[in-house]
Amino acid sequence: MAILLIAEHDENSLKEATARALSAARQMDPQVDILVAGEKCAAIARQAAALEGVRKVLLAEDAALAHQMAGPMSALVTPLMETYDALVAPATTTGRDIAPRIAALLDVMQISDVVAVQSPDTFVRPIYAGNALQTVRSKDVKKVLTIRTTAFPATAKSAQAAPVETIAVAEIPPGVRFVSQELNTSERPELTSARIVVSGGRGMGSTEAFAMLEELAARLGAAVGASRAAVDAGFVSNDLQVGQTGKIVAPELYMAFGISGAIQHLAGMKDSRIIVAVNKDEEAPIFQVADYGLVADLFKVLPELMEKLG
Amino acid sequence: MKILVPVKRVADYNVRIHVKADETGVELANVKMSMNPFDEIAVEEAIRLKEAGKAEEIIAVSIGPGEAEQTLRTALAMGADRAILVKTQQETEPLAVAKVLRAIVKRENPDLVILGKQAIDDDCGQTGQMLAALLGWPQATFISKLEIDGEQATITREIDGGLQTISAPLPLVATTDLRLNEPRYASLPNIMKARRKPLETLTAEELDVDVTPRLEVLKVQEPPARAGGVRVESVDELIDRLKNEAGVL
Ligand SMILES: Cc1cc2nc3c(=O)[nH]c(=O)nc-3n(C[C@H](O)[C@H](O)[C@H](O)COP(=O)(O)OP(=O)(O)OC[C@H]3O[C@@H](n4cnc5c(N)ncnc54)[C@H](O)[C@@H]3O)c2cc1C
Ligand SMILES: Nc1ncnc2c1ncn2[C@@H]1O[C@H](COP(=O)(O)O)[C@@H](O)[C@H]1O
Repeated sequence: MAILLIAEHDENSLKEATARALSAARQMDPQVDILVAGEKCAAIARQAAALEGVRKVLLAEDAALAHQMAGPMSALVTPLMETYDALVAPATTTGRDIAPRIAALLDVMQISDVVAVQSPDTFVRPIYAGNALQTVRSKDVKKVLTIRTTAFPATAKSAQAAPVETIAVAEIPPGVRFVSQELNTSERPELTSARIVVSGGRGMGSTEAFAMLEELAARLGAAVGASRAAVDAGFVSNDLQVGQTGKIVAPELYMAFGISGAIQHLAGMKDSRIIVAVNKDEEAPIFQVADYGLVADLFKVLPELMEKLG
Repeated sequence: MKILVPVKRVADYNVRIHVKADETGVELANVKMSMNPFDEIAVEEAIRLKEAGKAEEIIAVSIGPGEAEQTLRTALAMGADRAILVKTQQETEPLAVAKVLRAIVKRENPDLVILGKQAIDDDCGQTGQMLAALLGWPQATFISKLEIDGEQATITREIDGGLQTISAPLPLVATTDLRLNEPRYASLPNIMKARRKPLETLTAEELDVDVTPRLEVLKVQEPPARAGGVRVESVDELIDRLKNEAGVL
């Protein structure tokens, strides 16, 4: 038997989250099939087939699978699980939406946000906003996991493509109807896979100040992130929130401007390789995790940084 | 319309959590416990629907130890009409909680169940989706806006790329995200009144639900600590260190 991995994509491209979750899956079992499901996604299936170590790709195309809604996706995947030992999905909002629904239909207790695979049934996952790491063994016959993608490297591409097999999609009853989507169309790299992230908090004070951060990000080829307070204040959109209940990032460099460093924020960025904090309060808890702390007014630091990084 | 709101008693979000020396779990003795913040948002949303004349009754339910009664009293003080405590001494895993909730849904027939998107202790983020699966209901996760019009709900969801709007028929399971609303504080008179609101106590056995955990916790450890960093005195020093010491610029 083998593992089924649900591919993360937006019908335009296969997301790196897939290649990262694949690394985790391959640590459990070398036999991994990838499911690419959506309305029109044959091109995505070919991208998935090019990943190293993939046994085959299952391609499921149907209008009902557009936007990979949990209802149709669980109707598709649950019967497929008869021939697999484990279901793996990246812990993206899509994976988090779908996987528990399938787990319940399989009568399996899901293991969320896996950061390490110790054996095919034993996994490590963070709890309490990453303040503790729990090692759990699943007693269920089948396993359902979501993978914290920052904890695993992306699987490389292979010279030889795996076969793509088109699978039939049974009639899916109507349920939730997609109405519209408002996606952030920033030119910046994706937050969860960027090499550098520059983040702003409540201390930024305004949307205009975030424009400055955008500019710095453009110069560094970085993504822009934010604290919950900055999102709640309406300075930036929700998809930029980093933290326990937002996005988890682990870039080479994370620069925090005007962020105090609440545990819920740290949970989302403390695995970054280098952390820089700029805060005018020298007592701010963010300095406890910062490799380089600068006690200063961010409104002085940001322009100076931009000028000197040229 | 009847709304069911599951609320979990968790360590307060301000508490700094420590792992027990024997690595069997986290230290919860003498720790301040509160309602899971996402569940406060769920209770608030239910109350707003009632205030808008769209709902008649709000039932709060919690699965856990006897102390979870306090969490239910908080929900009642906020504005829930009655509460159900399903007592168990077991660690409550999302699958087991979802099964208990299914049994409650069968008894109460709500049109809407609003849960938190995640409990901030186990950080599982599963229960709502599992309940929807077990009931065969549609689900709307991570919601930041909810409008009910007759038998139909229009929902905005926070997704990785931005915001998504969907519409779904009732009955429905929804899970709250942070920006759905700002929960109210219970006033003192309402806290007093809540003491007299009905609270029914059941057990998982009475509901005929097996809550035996499926996961065996082998150990719980502190995450590796970050080594202390340095203070830099100027932007020049920062750039220099990032270039020449850390090699990230
Ligand atoms: C259930 C729950 C989930 C949560 N999830 C998240 C999450 O996922 N992500 C998240 O970030 N938070 C989350 N939070 C919120 C978290 O607890 C904090 O409230 C939040 O992170 C604070 O954001 P902040 O640091 O921007 O704001 P504040 O704590 O207000 O800090 C602002 C900082 O800016 C500094 N500052 C102000 N002006 C300047 C200036 N001119 N120059 C330099 N520094 C300046 C101040 O000294 C201060 O340290 C969550 C909370 C709850 C209850
Ligand atoms: N023991 C419990 N009692 C009541 N509700 C719960 C319980 N556990 C989880 N929930 C609900 O399910 C949501 C998600 O929890 P979880 O799946 O554990 O992250 C919570 O926000 C609650 O609304």
